[in-house]
Amino acid sequence: MTSTDAEAIVVDDIHKSYGDLRAVDGVSFTVGHGEFFGILGPNGAGKTTALEIIEGLREPDRGSIRLLGLDPFPRKVALLPRIGVQLQASAFFDKLTAREQLETFAALYGVGPARAAEVLELVGLTEKANTREDKLSGGQRQRLSIACALVHDPDIVFLDEPTAALDPQARRNLWDVLRAIQERGKTIVYTTHYLDEAEILCDRVAIMDRGRVLAMDTPAALVRGLDAPTRIILERGVLTAAEAGALPGADEAAEDEQSLTITTRTPAPLLTALAERGALDGLQVRTATLEDVFLHLTGREYRA
Amino acid sequence: MKGAFKSLSVAMVKGFLRDKTTLFFAFLFPLMFLVIFGLLFRDAGNEKIKIGAVGDGQVLVALERTGAVELERFDDLEAGLAKVRDGDLPGVVQASGDEVVLRFAASDQAQAGTVQGLVAGVTQQLNVAASGAPPKYDFRAEQVEDASLQPIQYLTPGILSWGTAVTAVFGAAITLVNWRRKQVLRRLRLAPIGATPILASRVVVTIGVAVLQALLFVGVALLPVFGLTLSGTWWLSIPVFLSGVLAFFAIGMLVGAFCKTEEAATGAANIVVLPMAFLSGTFFPIDKAPDWLQTVSKVFPLRHVNDGMMDFLVRGKGPEALLLPCGVLLGFTLVVAFIASKVFSWED
Repeated sequence: MTSTDAEAIVVDDIHKSYGDLRAVDGVSFTVGHGEFFGILGPNGAGKTTALEIIEGLREPDRGSIRLLGLDPFPRKVALLPRIGVQLQASAFFDKLTAREQLETFAALYGVGPARAAEVLELVGLTEKANTREDKLSGGQRQRLSIACALVHDPDIVFLDEPTAALDPQARRNLWDVLRAIQERGKTIVYTTHYLDEAEILCDRVAIMDRGRVLAMDTPAALVRGLDAPTRIILERGVLTAAEAGALPGADEAAEDEQSLTITTRTPAPLLTALAERGALDGLQVRTATLEDVFLHLTGREYRA
Repeated sequence: MKGAFKSLSVAMVKGFLRDKTTLFFAFLFPLMFLVIFGLLFRDAGNEKIKIGAVGDGQVLVALERTGAVELERFDDLEAGLAKVRDGDLPGVVQASGDEVVLRFAASDQAQAGTVQGLVAGVTQQLNVAASGAPPKYDFRAEQVEDASLQPIQYLTPGILSWGTAVTAVFGAAITLVNWRRKQVLRRLRLAPIGATPILASRVVVTIGVAVLQALLFVGVALLPVFGLTLSGTWWLSIPVFLSGVLAFFAIGMLVGAFCKTEEAATGAANIVVLPMAFLSGTFFPIDKAPDWLQTVSKVFPLRHVNDGMMDFLVRGKGPEALLLPCGVLLGFTLVVAFIASKVFSWED
């Protein structure tokens, strides 16, 4: 172990342009061993390009990468068994079953076929072991592509939009898979355009937009840093806007066709007052999310 | 890396055997051509010339005895002449008493000449016999084994090399494009293996499929219905065949290196394979084509595979005839593979 190996990944000021487009425009971050690191941002933010540079698939125009202490570009054969890269959910051999795909990829790393069953179990595809890749559902293919990235038991796993285009149930199933991978001590770097998902899964996130990192921290710290008020939403008609605005702790109250929204920085006394009035029917409490962080950072509504 | 080579080969073989369309085009489709052409042309070259005949007499009997013509009898001359005018018969012979008259169609001069010669020859023979005088010139005819072939003898090597060419070119090109587009190449690139096991496994699978095709097509052609007879040096065709498969594989790699989509690769492969098939003597012997076309056809590897296969499979040539086709094919392979390796990219 070299001293640089203290961090799993060190990215230092990488740049990549395609013609006039600055796909990655000065990105730096480090990822510790065993960390679940998320790169978030809307489509076209430069997440995938950044990830491909870190994986060693593309050469940065400028900047440097240390992946487990090594520069991943040009291709380092010694590094490859230690990283697992999930590719698009069609990167399979034609007409092979889920198990055969994994056995084939395992053999490329000198790993025996027994490992295929293990990773199928890990991603919850044991029952689909003998199903051909083209007969799997979108979510199952996605899980199989993650299994392919894990088949040689790498230290760092890169996942590019693993939950994109999945239905909500499939997404949640996949979250369990991702958590299980992290529990095995793997370092995970993953990109997503679902901010809510990153908030739930990641230890730390970097929010990217237009090739730059706008903010980087734990999701909780980012939201806290916003110092955004809490919004309490009631059914319309329970109280008037004027009554609500006069309640203890209420900063502001506004009504629309369906609901009454009260903003507050001290929700405790406000909720107590509402409870005393028996006005808790249909009550919702909304705290700030990463979407609010994005809005705050860019001045734009978040659109994936 | 042995494990990588083996597992990639197994993956490709399974993919091949499970793809019904590919199996059809590799085995059944060329076989259909072999069966259809084999049966269609089975009796080609044995057809007799049909001529009309009116009346009777020694001349007509002698004509029939030559074995070269078949007589169609007419009751009157007009009916026979009508057939000649329609172009259904090359001529009609009218024999009455001592008079023999041939009326022939002038449109096909070669056939008219043949018919005239036959009828005149038979008539003169009878004249000589009738005169009782010994013939001044002695004439004998002897049969010679000639180099022209029964159709099945050139159809089998032709269709075999064509079928192999199609499968090898398309297989290599489509696999390469498909793997690049679907990021399978990227996945292989991310694994700790070099390009050698990937390339080697594809070559071995391509050769394996070609050998299966050869066994099937030659096996079927050997059936009595088709009547292929192999020459004593048939086994010398194996090196020609394998060199040919390598050349086709190289073409496929070049097409796959150039094209970004399967559609483009299919089109490009067709542009190469179709003219090559027509100009290389797959479906008809190329030596009947004009000289310039024969020269053009020599740039195609399929032409050399065809010639080489025919030399050993049916003509029974000796090992010295290996040098030209194998040399040309391996040289072609090296040049095309070199270009392909320069054009090739792992990613789009």
